[in-house]
Parts: sequence; C-alpha cells; structure tokens
Amino acid sequence: MGTLLSSVVSVMFHGVAYGIVLYLISVGLSITMGLMGFVNLAHGVFAMIGGYLALSFMDQVGLNFYLALVVSSVLVGVASILLERFLYRDLYGGDELEQVLLTIGLVFMAMAAARYFWGPLPQRAILPIELMGQWSILSRNFPVYRLFLIGTGITLFLILWFVVDRTGYGAKLRAAVDNQKIAQAIGINTNLLFTVTFAIGSGMAALGGGLGSELLAINPAYAMEYLVYFLIVVAVGGMGSVKGPFLAAILLGIADTACKYYIPEFGAFFIFVAMTFLLLWRPAGLLGRG
Amino acid sequence: MRRCMWFAGVLAAGSMWVATSSAGAETIKVGIINTYSGSQASLGDQIDKGIRLYMKMHEADLPDGVKLEVLRRDDTGPNPEVAIRLAQELIVREKVDFLTGVVWTPVASALAKIAGQAKVPLVISNASAAMLTTISPWTVRVAHSMWHSGYPLGEWASENGIGTVYTAVSDYTPGHDSEQAFITAFEGKGGVIAGSVRMPLQNPDFIPFLQRIKDAKPDAVFAFLPAGRQATAFMKAFGELGLSDEGIRLIGTGDIVTDEELPNMGSVPVGVISAFHYSAASPSENNRKFVEAWKQEYGADSVPNYMSVGGWDSMDAIYKAIIAQNGKISSEESLRLIRNWSNPDSPRGPASIDPETGDVIHNVYMRETKMENGILANIEFETFPQVKDPWKEMKNKSK
Repeated sequence: MGTLLSSVVSVMFHGVAYGIVLYLISVGLSITMGLMGFVNLAHGVFAMIGGYLALSFMDQVGLNFYLALVVSSVLVGVASILLERFLYRDLYGGDELEQVLLTIGLVFMAMAAARYFWGPLPQRAILPIELMGQWSILSRNFPVYRLFLIGTGITLFLILWFVVDRTGYGAKLRAAVDNQKIAQAIGINTNLLFTVTFAIGSGMAALGGGLGSELLAINPAYAMEYLVYFLIVVAVGGMGSVKGPFLAAILLGIADTACKYYIPEFGAFFIFVAMTFLLLWRPAGLLGRG
Repeated sequence: MRRCMWFAGVLAAGSMWVATSSAGAETIKVGIINTYSGSQASLGDQIDKGIRLYMKMHEADLPDGVKLEVLRRDDTGPNPEVAIRLAQELIVREKVDFLTGVVWTPVASALAKIAGQAKVPLVISNASAAMLTTISPWTVRVAHSMWHSGYPLGEWASENGIGTVYTAVSDYTPGHDSEQAFITAFEGKGGVIAGSVRMPLQNPDFIPFLQRIKDAKPDAVFAFLPAGRQATAFMKAFGELGLSDEGIRLIGTGDIVTDEELPNMGSVPVGVISAFHYSAASPSENNRKFVEAWKQEYGADSVPNYMSVGGWDSMDAIYKAIIAQNGKISSEESLRLIRNWSNPDSPRGPASIDPETGDVIHNVYMRETKMENGILANIEFETFPQVKDPWKEMKNKSK
C-alpha cells in the first residue's frame, strides 16, 4: 500500500511538472491562436529563437539564467512586432488555409536559418547551480528544476488569467476578437491592441522555449518537432479560453506520465488517444466556446 | 549571320575540348545517402564530416587520371521510401559505382535489397541492426552491429559485481537488438534481469520510465537510445531523479555517451560504464592524428564520434578498392575487395570485414566516463580484441 501511495505521489508530481512544461511551451500559442484566432503554426519558431538567444546570452555574454530569459523574451516579443506588421496583419480574420501556409513557410525558413547560424547539433543548456539537484519531501525526492518550472508556470497562468479576465485591456481584447468592426466603432484601437497582444504571445513563447530548454533541447528542428504538442494543448483546452489550455496541459501531463509509469507499452501513443477521445467528447475543447 | 556561325564554331570547339579532356580521366561515382536535413541532421553531419576529411587527406592516393565524383542525397531521416527513390536515381540515372552513408536501419534494409538487385556495392557507415548484412552479399558494414557492444557488456557486468539489471531501450530494431544481446550475455553468466522497458523512439520525457526503474531498485540500468538528443534527455532525467544516489549504476552501449553529446550532459555521465568501438579520447596514435586533423578542419570545439569514423572507414574501403584496381573498376571485383577490406590504421583500432558475413571485426572497449581537466571523456580501461558480431557467431553455431 505504501509503495502504491508513494508511486501515485510521484506520478502526480511528475505529471504536473510535465504538464506545466507543455503549458509553458504552448502558452504563447494559447494567446495568438487561442485568443486571437490566428492559426499560428510558427509559434515554435518564437520559442526556438527565444531558446537560442537565451542560451547564447548565457554562453557568450555571460548573463545569468534568469536575466538571459527575460532579455531574450523581450527581444523576441519586440522583433515579432515587425512580423505582425508586415506579414500576419494582412491575414487576420482571413482564410485559415492562407494562415497555415504562411506560418508553416516561416517554420521551414526558420529551421534552415537556425541550422545555418547555430549548426545542426542541439544546444548545450546548463542550469544555474541552485536549480540542479533535488529536494526531499516526504521521503521522496523531487528535482528542483521541475519545482521551479511548476512555480513559474502557475505564476504565468495566474498573471495571464488576471490580465485577460480582470483588466480593461483584457476586456478590450476579448471584444476585439469577438467583433473587430464593432470594437473599432466604439473607439478601440484594435490594430495597436493586436500588435501588443501578438508581441506578448511571442515573448511568452520565447520564455517557454528558454525555460524548457533543459528538457526539450533547442535544435533547428524544434519548431516542427514539438508543433504537435503545442497544437494538442490549445485544441484540447479550447479556443478563446485562458484556463482551457492550462487545464488541458496538466490533464495530459498527468495522464501521459501515469500511462508511461504503469503501462509503458502504451507510452508512445497514449497522448494521442487521450486527445482523440477528449475532442470526440467536447469538439470545441474542454473550455472552448463555439 | 556570320556572328552566329562564329559563335557556333566556338561552341563546337569548346565541346570538343571538353570531350578530349575527359577521355583520359576515369570518373568514378560514389553515391552517398545520408540524413542532411530534418530533426536528425546532426547525425548525418558527423558521417559527412568524416567522409570529407578522409577525401581531403587522401586526395593524392587515387591512381593518376581517376576522378572521384561524390553525389550526396538527403533521406531527411528514417524514411526508407525516400531513400529507395534516391537510390534508384543514383543507380539508374547517375550509374554510381558505390553506395555509402546510411544512418538508419530501416533505410539500410531497404537499400540492401536494391543494391543486391543492381549489383552495386553498399558500404554502411552507421546503421547497426545485426541482420542488415544478411540481406544481400552486396551489403558490407564498416560500422558496427548492436551485438558488438551489447554482448561483451553483458558479460562484463555479470563478472564485475552487478547482480540485477533493468533494461531500458528505444523501441526500434537496434534497441531490440541491444536489449537481446545484453540479456543473452548477462543471463548466460548468471545475471538476473529485474525488468525491461521499451521506450518510444521520439520521447520528450523519460522521468516516468526512470521512476519505474528507480522503484524496482536494480543494481544497474542498461540503456540504449539513439545517439544525440534522446540519449541526452535520458541522461538528464537519470540525473534529476537521482538514481545514482540510490546506488543504481548506468551502463550501456556507447550510444548513450557519444563523444559529441557529452558536453550537453552536464556532470551526470560521470561514472557511466559503456562498451563501444570508438572513443574520441582513445590514446592510440592513429586516433590522436585523426582528432587533430578533425579539429584543424572543423574547429577546436568540434568532436568526432563513432559515426565520423564510420564515414571515414567507408571511404577507406572504397578508396582501397579503387586503388587496388588501378581505377579500372568492375563491380564484382570492387565487392570482392571491399569484403576483404582491412584498415590497421583506423582511428578506432584495427578493423576489417569478415568476408563470410560482410560485417566488421574490430576491438570493443570497456570505457568509463570521467571528468578530465573539466571535460567529459570516455576513458578506455579494458579491450575485447577483434570481436566478430556475436549474433552471427551464435547463429552459425546453432546451424
């Protein structure tokens, strides 16, 4: 009984940690695709570039881990404004196929560019010393890095939820997404609003890439390799919801970890089976509107 | 009009010049099928760098008048259907004299069939499932078979105080091979397998598998994962969960501690025991020269690994076949020469092909991963000399 209980505790912990990692790398997409409704397959590009920049800042400029993360996310966020102005804007509210083609094209370009500048090998991620090792809680050991990820993920989620659900900015954003014309008519500057929101989403993607770089190695194929995980989280969570993707990520993380622990033979495809059934049950996602 | 004719005359003269200049030279074509793009491009890169370095350093060795033309094709990953199309193009249109490269077992097994039908020698630089060289006599492997390292490691483990082992391998043919090789040898010497798990080939998080192993409390974990990111992710999870604090050791084929990935693994691999045929830290004279040339060519931070040596020795086999025939090659004779290839100067130590099986014979080293001058390296401490693929040896015995 003791061992069962103890294994349940560690499956829960590692499941939540894995779920938070999924959330961290997808949170940017939950904004650009989930809130703004843009099928942004290039989300992983921002995460990847954020990861590359953060690691380069640590390696070559000598910034510490936390500062490097902040600087790289801000840079990616600002740089994404250019993309938003010149490429994305024309396709808002447009044909989804066009959005897919544009953003998947960006993915291929980014993969080639990353390979050119950083080479084909995965980047070395070295954690600060205080994040290595383990904490012993209730006679089970928990890796500090994962505890840190859980803390950061929950904080980010709370901030995002508060901003979108409880502030004037969030209200305007929701209004603009629901009906851009009316929002403009009542004096909301939707162009500026979308630009800012897009930059925040891209910055968060970059933050997720950097934070998770120890677990999901930064390499030229990053944007393509994890694309399916980003999409699963947002699709299962439901479009137009802030809470949905968070809930979905945690649920999938726990279920996937439990499956790999107890019945490893099914480990490879469980997450896809779970997604299929969740979407059959609720086609709009867990908390989706529509 | 006159101008037009003048132009035509120049063209005609030019083309005649081209024709005469190429008449004296023998162009020999080598087709390389390798992974140059996609998520696994880093593997193909190591092979290609080995090939390029060999060609650069042995340019003068080719017989006079022989021109070697290398045609590179990208299979983009473990995609046999792409590789088949590329091989057909290389054989039918380009009429290549040799095929080489090949990172992946599924690709190699598809190509082995085609090479056999077309009678083009295929020299495998990396793919390592044991059965590959049994598909067609036209397939020769200079790389290694999973049994080469898995089997000696199993014997070593049992003889060196490891009583129970949990095996954890990637769920594809080389993983199954290494698992079977290790278990056969380990149980043969009286070891006990505490459990076995096969992990998905593309897996982002190894914590659940390792937690399961940690709870089973074996003396050691035997692991095989494809070299590169998967091995690194596994290693990091091993460190995070603190298995070594519980006294659980990590052993495996050299794939889990390849030389170029070590810098990405932090300090976790210290103390890992692995069996393999190549370490960039090997003190032999041939390897020292090889690594030096490598660093000169590709930069001080670049490290060759066993795949680089696979690419290097593939070219060695092809070059020696061309030189022995003085540039006038026939495919039958090339194959005969390659099946009798030996390279006493290989960076990994003396290597040769077993003419009966077409598979490589080479030394397998037991290594311990150590931190030396702040850099992780695989330090060889014991040698199994001139190992033939144990899988084929066992099959021959049972016949």
